[in-house]
Formats: sequence, C-alpha cells, structure tokens
Amino acid sequence: MKSLKSRGSELVSPERQFQILKEVFIRKNLPSFSEKLIQSGLSALTPAPTKILQMNLGKLCNQTCKHCHVDAGPDRKESMSRETMLHCLSVLAASPISIVDITGGAPEMNPDFRWLVVELRKLDKKVMVRCNLTILLAGDRYKDLPEFFAKNQLEIVSSLPYFEKRRTDSQRGEGVFDRSIEALKRLNAIGYGIPDSGLTLNLVYNPAGAFLPAGQAALEHEFKKSLLKEYGIRFNYLFTITNMPISRYLEYLQESGNLESYLEKLVNFYNPSAVLGVMCKNTLSIGYDGSIYDCDFNQMLEMNVEGGVQNIRDYDADVLEARKIRINEHCYGCTAGAGSSCGGVTT
Amino acid sequence: MSKESYYVPDDLKKFGNIGEFQPNLAKKFFDYYGEVFTEGALTAREKSLIALGVSHAIQCPYCIDAYTTDTLEKGVTEAGLMEAVHVAAAIRGGASLVHSVQLMNKVKELGM
Ligand code: SF4
Ligand code: SF4
Repeated sequence: MKSLKSRGSELVSPERQFQILKEVFIRKNLPSFSEKLIQSGLSALTPAPTKILQMNLGKLCNQTCKHCHVDAGPDRKESMSRETMLHCLSVLAASPISIVDITGGAPEMNPDFRWLVVELRKLDKKVMVRCNLTILLAGDRYKDLPEFFAKNQLEIVSSLPYFEKRRTDSQRGEGVFDRSIEALKRLNAIGYGIPDSGLTLNLVYNPAGAFLPAGQAALEHEFKKSLLKEYGIRFNYLFTITNMPISRYLEYLQESGNLESYLEKLVNFYNPSAVLGVMCKNTLSIGYDGSIYDCDFNQMLEMNVEGGVQNIRDYDADVLEARKIRINEHCYGCTAGAGSSCGGVTT
Repeated sequence: MSKESYYVPDDLKKFGNIGEFQPNLAKKFFDYYGEVFTEGALTAREKSLIALGVSHAIQCPYCIDAYTTDTLEKGVTEAGLMEAVHVAAAIRGGASLVHSVQLMNKVKELGM
C-alpha cells in the first residue's frame, strides 16, 4: 500500500476531507461538533497550561497502516530539521512543560532522533516515544534501539492493534504481527514492561475496523492474559484509542461502505464528560516544519493554531494559552464513548 | 435484490421508539434490559457473548448485528465470536435430539 499522497488521492486535501464529513452530516441531519458542545452546556474548547509537547519528527515510516492519520509511509520524505528541534529545545529549556511525546511516522527514522533524545534528557524532561515496534527489526541502524531507549529512560508507547495475527496484519500489513511480537520480546528482555524495572512499555489498541473501542480495563486484562500465555510477553498499560475519521482511515470508511454508520455512531456516543480530557487541552503538537497545532489530528488536517503564534520559533505561552482550540467534525472521534486521547480513555 | 424486506437494518436504531405506543411497558422493558447488561456476577463481555449466542438461536438479525458489533468492540476474537454461535447451535441441536428419548419411549410403548 502506498500513501494517499503518492497515489494522488483527493483525500490528501483537508478541505476535501471536511467536505466529505460535512456531506454526511447534512444527509443524516447530524449536529455539528460545535452545536453538540453548546447543547451539552460546553462552549468553546479552551486550553489549560501546556504539560506535553508532542513533536512530530516526520512522515517517513517503514509501515503503511490502513488507519494511519498521518498518511505516513516509506514514500514520504517530510522530516523535522535539527534547526526546528533546536527551537523546541530552547522553548523546553525555559518552560515548565514536563513531558515530550515524540512521534512520526517512525520517529526513529529521523537522522537526528538520537541526538534530540539525548538533548531532551539533559533538560530532565520525561520523554515518550511512539515506537511502531517493527522499526526495531528494520536493519542494523535500528537494532540497538532498545538499549538506547533504556539508557535514556524513554517511555515506550507502541501500537499493537490486537493480540492476534489476523486483525493486526489486516490493519498494519502482512507480517507486522510476528515482527511486533519479536520486538516486544526484545524489549522485555532488557527490562521494558517488567514490574519494578522502571522501564515503561505501554501498548495502544485501536479497533481494526469500523467499530469503537470498549472498556480499556477489560481489554487490558485480555491483552495481558493472552500475550503472556501465548508469547510470554509483558507490558505496563494498554491505551484504547478511537480511530479518527480522517486521512487513510477515512478512505477505508468510504471504501468499505461504513462511513455513514461510523459517523452516526461517533455522534450518538458523544459523551460530554469525555471532553475535559481530550489531548488538545494540555498538549501542543509541533509539525515537522515547526508549525504549532492543537493536536496531532488538527496537524494532519493542516489546522494551525488560532492567534498570532504559529511556529515554535515564535513560542509565547501566554498567547497560546489564551487561544481557542480549533474544532471540526473529526473531534467527535475524541469524545465518543469513554473518550480517546493519545494516552487512552479520557474519562 | 429487492430493497423491500420485512427486516430493515435501520429499524435497529428505532428500537427505542416502541415506547410510542406503550410507554410504560417499554420503559419497564428497557430498564430491565439495561440492568441485565450491567457488570454483575458476569462480566459485560460474558453477557455480550451470551447475547450473541442467543441471537443466533432465536435468529434475530437485529440482535446478531448489535451483538456482533458489541463483542468485537469488547475485544472478543473472531474465533471467540464463532464459538459462541457453536455453543448456541450445540444447545439447539442437543435440545432437538434429547427429545428423541421421548420418541424412543413412545416407540417402545407402542411396540411389541
Ligand atoms: S500508524 Fe504509525 S506505524 Fe502505521 S504507518 Fe502510520 S506512523 Fe507508521
Ligand atoms: S481532534 Fe480531539 S484533540 Fe484535536 S482538537 Fe478535536 S477534540 Fe481536541
């Protein structure tokens, strides 16, 4: 599978994506996200002080998962420069932001990834890396990554859509499950996910299909039981994340004929108490070119933050905290059911 | 294929509307229904699997639709879903077969 971009798909355009969502909302007479907020007594989404800086190091990835909201893949070239990283580092050095969440694509494929991690650790920030697991088996350049992660006390967050081959491979590509299991074994072998090791390994579940995730605690129990029994694998926590109706997952919804019913479901399961925990409240998302976004999803929809500060080199906490978060119909993906954020459920 | 059918997928969403003609009984039913499916001595997941099995035994397309989705969402594997249906089928088949004891009794009663 190739990225939408290299296939020249119309879904590369955020405007087209919004239009597709809007057409369904009109046809099905569904309330817009902003109407729904008002109906439930909430008005605009406003940010709290920023706690997490999420840095997207680029769109290059060794995988091409069907649901990828980044539209990442081996054919993407966008990559964060060291100069942009330096801007992030100088903001972080002078800021109470305590957590840095490094993502991609496969962030490890950025040539300055290791340098960045070492610099962040010098600033004593907690660093999380969104590691897709198979990158650990992608050649000599990456094979000592587990040791590098451990030495720098990185918290690893890894997608494993399911504890079975069939459903994982259908979403992430043939053979991904077996390689993910092998990578998890390597991480366990150096202490990741093992109680009291101080090395945290969290997994992310997102449904392989047009349905919502259910009960995080019950699913974590199933994952733990099954991965331990079948493969002897341990991990710390499972985060359940709802698939957002944008980018490649939007394409899947269209092609499988599930678009209308999925959007209706997101709207019907809107949960006002999930709104308070959405990631845009305490996170800023930085694009590979330094642009600032409310969240990773807005980043992929090219919705820059509102207001005068648009790039990390002009960072101003007061201006950013006074802004309104930009919303659109995709925000239903964060507020359905138990809610969904990059750290799992929000309620 | 004809678009007309006694079963219309969209009707599942209208289940709640049965209160239109008899609100009191509908309310009592939905309160009961809701209570049955809350986590209790059985987990919500176990209850959903039972519902999936029963929906096949009673052959209700609405319930099959609803509980296939629900069990998938609750993280049950495809093999698990299908095993629930086999449990229903085994009980259904067994229930027919066990009545053959009555048949045999009658044969013996009537025979020489
Ligand atoms: S979901 Fe992650 S691993 Fe999959 S293509 Fe996107 S960035 Fe790569
Ligand atoms: S997509 Fe989610 S995280 Fe992003 S702005 Fe909307 S509610 Fe916030």
